[in-house]
Amino acid sequence: MLDASEGYTTEDGRKIGGVVMEMKNITLRFGGVIAIQDISFDIREGEIRAIIGPNGAGKSSMLNVISGFYHPQEGEVWYQGAKRPPMKPYEVARQGIARTFQNIALFEGMSVLDNVMTGRIRQMKAGMLAQAIWRGKAEREEVENREFVEKIIDFLEIQHIRKTPVGRLPYGLKKRVELARALAAEPSILLLDEPMAGMNVEEKEDMSRFVLDVNDEFGTTIALIEHDMGVVMDLSDRVVVMDYGKKIGDGTPDEVRNNQAVIDAYLGVAHD
Amino acid sequence: MPEQLVFATEVFLNGLMAGVLYALVALGFVLIFKASGIFNYAQGVMALFAALTLVGIMEGQVPFAHLINAIFGTEIHHFGWHVPGLVAIILTMVIMVALAWIVNTLIFRHLVNQEPIILFMATIGLAYFLEGFGDIMWGSDIKKLDVGLPQGINLWIDETTFNIFDYGFFIDNLDIVATVVAALLVVALVIFAQYTKQGRAMRAVADDHQAALSVGISLNFIWVMVWSVAGFVALVAGIMWGTKSGVQFSLSLIALKALPVLMLGGFTSIPGAIVGGLVIGVGEKLFEFAIGPLVGGATENWFAYVLALIFLVFRPQGLFGEKIIERV
Amino acid sequence: MFYREAGDFKTSYSDDSQTFPIKFDRYRYYVVLLVAFAVVPFIINDYWVNAVFLPFLIYAIAAIGLNILVGYCGQVSLGTGGFMAVGAYACYKLMTSFPEISIIIHVILAGGITAGVGVLFGLPSLRIKGFYLAVATLAAQFFLVWLFNRVPWFYNYSASGQISAPERTVLGVPVTGAETQPWAGYLICLVFVFACAIIARNLTRGMAGRKWMAIRDMDIAAEIIGVNPLKAKLSAFAVSSFFIGISGALFFAVYLGAVEVGEVFGITKSFLVLFMVIIGGLGSIFGSFAGAAFLVLLPVLLKNVLVGAMGWPTDLAAHLEFMIVGALIILFLIAEPHGLAQLWRVAKEKLRLWPFPH
Repeated sequence: MLDASEGYTTEDGRKIGGVVMEMKNITLRFGGVIAIQDISFDIREGEIRAIIGPNGAGKSSMLNVISGFYHPQEGEVWYQGAKRPPMKPYEVARQGIARTFQNIALFEGMSVLDNVMTGRIRQMKAGMLAQAIWRGKAEREEVENREFVEKIIDFLEIQHIRKTPVGRLPYGLKKRVELARALAAEPSILLLDEPMAGMNVEEKEDMSRFVLDVNDEFGTTIALIEHDMGVVMDLSDRVVVMDYGKKIGDGTPDEVRNNQAVIDAYLGVAHD
Repeated sequence: MPEQLVFATEVFLNGLMAGVLYALVALGFVLIFKASGIFNYAQGVMALFAALTLVGIMEGQVPFAHLINAIFGTEIHHFGWHVPGLVAIILTMVIMVALAWIVNTLIFRHLVNQEPIILFMATIGLAYFLEGFGDIMWGSDIKKLDVGLPQGINLWIDETTFNIFDYGFFIDNLDIVATVVAALLVVALVIFAQYTKQGRAMRAVADDHQAALSVGISLNFIWVMVWSVAGFVALVAGIMWGTKSGVQFSLSLIALKALPVLMLGGFTSIPGAIVGGLVIGVGEKLFEFAIGPLVGGATENWFAYVLALIFLVFRPQGLFGEKIIERV
Repeated sequence: MFYREAGDFKTSYSDDSQTFPIKFDRYRYYVVLLVAFAVVPFIINDYWVNAVFLPFLIYAIAAIGLNILVGYCGQVSLGTGGFMAVGAYACYKLMTSFPEISIIIHVILAGGITAGVGVLFGLPSLRIKGFYLAVATLAAQFFLVWLFNRVPWFYNYSASGQISAPERTVLGVPVTGAETQPWAGYLICLVFVFACAIIARNLTRGMAGRKWMAIRDMDIAAEIIGVNPLKAKLSAFAVSSFFIGISGALFFAVYLGAVEVGEVFGITKSFLVLFMVIIGGLGSIFGSFAGAAFLVLLPVLLKNVLVGAMGWPTDLAAHLEFMIVGALIILFLIAEPHGLAQLWRVAKEKLRLWPFPH
């Protein structure tokens, strides 16, 4: 498991690479409440990794630990073969970890295009002065990155709303714009926090297709949290199951489905 | 006792009294903020408006006399009667309640659920409007306000301290009255907020508009009530400050004095407003006494703000404010 | 009819992101520039320059500056008057210390110094938000005014405590001091306004502007997608104060000529510029111009109509102005938080479809 060079091949024949990120014995406490207790798992290059669990299992906290918003009291985060020192969320983002949010966190006052362009912060480095006169590097950068962003916009089929202020969009489209913003960062790991929450069946299918396409087309590593078991089992290559802050299962969807602890803790209750 | 220390003690006592008045204005802020999330910049102007109205009624001024004279070319100013202080105070209170109703109906009902900063800017607009309105209604000349409060040096304190320190403290009777009134008002407000039905409803509204609505609390009633209470506090503050230094434009600037008090005390805390007021009242007087002469004086203009600013950087929620928790 | 974007195809992304993507807008912009630079200077007199044009241009710079901070970055500041004072006093000290250097350089440097002071007072914005910050910026307002009032070094130990601008020339033409011709003062301010507006526009349409707006709309999310909140907020404070400093310097050197700090750069100035931004439109460069024009013209209009034509006393007109401004602020916040700029946009939308209703 720890050998970074080792990979595996999925059922549908995709090659999964070595370990990109590894969580080692993470424990996160809020005062007396233990949100995450001694959890370890890894994320491999090119795979779709899911974290599932009932409400309050600590999934979102886990995602927040990965994106640097929470700092765990114990444990280590290893990223691209090196131990990650405690950093601010924006530093984590600049290392190539992009995410979406459970309760959409778009910039409501800006157009779709501007929202997606904010995803390119990592790639745009022109100084304030260059931007002020809008010549040379600043202008070149703006155009180059616009080209890339337009590709993402095409890919997610949101060309028609490019210049619409995000505040006016319906929920499903907002979710897609948020995905576009995260993708625009060309992330090495894409974190999706309940990408299908609050969607109807049709929108869920659309979103699942986009997630699979993203993984397929750009080879993006994806870690996602999801409530909808059906979706998770269809989409993901490997699944971590959490309950009350502890890890109770880890493996392929089939392994997890047959894991007695998982059935007891999560699914089993309903089947009793 | 060394001479400097005696002087400092006198400065301290005067600062304490000034602090009580700051606290009084700050209380008006806290009340509205707790119940509606509105940070009412117009509180100071409300005090000015209340004082103007009080003087106007007592003196029998014709409202809008200047405007009427300008439009119709008349020369009217006074009705020619005088109203006793107590009656005038009651009439002024009626006007303040009416003002509360108008402010709520015309402005803040339309701004429900807006961001606090938008509400704040709206109250700045209200302050401007009310200032112009008050001046047009009653004229902008400096007026003397006398509702029969005792004024001038307190001879008893002067004599007693003279006997002890060989130096008589100058403590104004009015300041003593103000301190007592403010203390009573604070107690009354705390009892009102904690133990009456309306007070409970007010706190419920402050917590969650919709939840309060769903258990049958009338939001409009609560808001008008809160603005009325703030109007009452403004009236009391207006009487105190107006008696002390005349009813004039600068009275509205006490709002600016109360702001750092709130930053220090926390915007949602009644005890915070009191402690903050005392700390700033004493602090600025002592600072001016000790450091002022070295840097050219008039440090009262900024001391409170800089103190509050430095304090906020280390404790953003203020002395007694609730801790701010951020989540994604 | 004329106002169409149909048929006006963009073939490159830089065309698409230009300031006036619609041809009609672009031409109108050129016409306005032409009139402002080549026609107005020949026809204005002393009254128009001092009552309308100079205050409008200078307040427009201040409003653009404050709009960057409030409208784009979402950090409300009530310290504008204090920062304008920094610009004015910095300019004065530079003018009197280095008389051989061009006034243009001095004004720009004054902006730079103000930017530094702005960053200093912007530091608390990392801990304090919303109106807490607004109140905190009052500290800057009161402290700075007090400083310039009480420390004689700033006013060169003059007996009156005032600062007054010595005569300085640009290309041999006096632009400050008593000898200044109306057109000269106007043109120098116009050049600064023009440059400031272009810089502001470039910054707000690029990455800097996006970072500011991201902080404004949702600061936590902005940080998680990679915006450094420290840098974004402080850069907004710096740029904003830079413009405000320039406007303060021009206000003192070109417009008033002599300044008593408490009177000119008091808290009312802070509110005035904030009102310009609110009425004009939060987050709009055009709105800054519209708001400045509105609040400069309103008193002039009231004075001419009420005092001039109807013979009212001056103070009554002034009080009425207070009421009108206050009521307008509330009205705009309730009905149109994006101000005159949004009304203008709506009018353009209608014009675009004209003569058809939909």
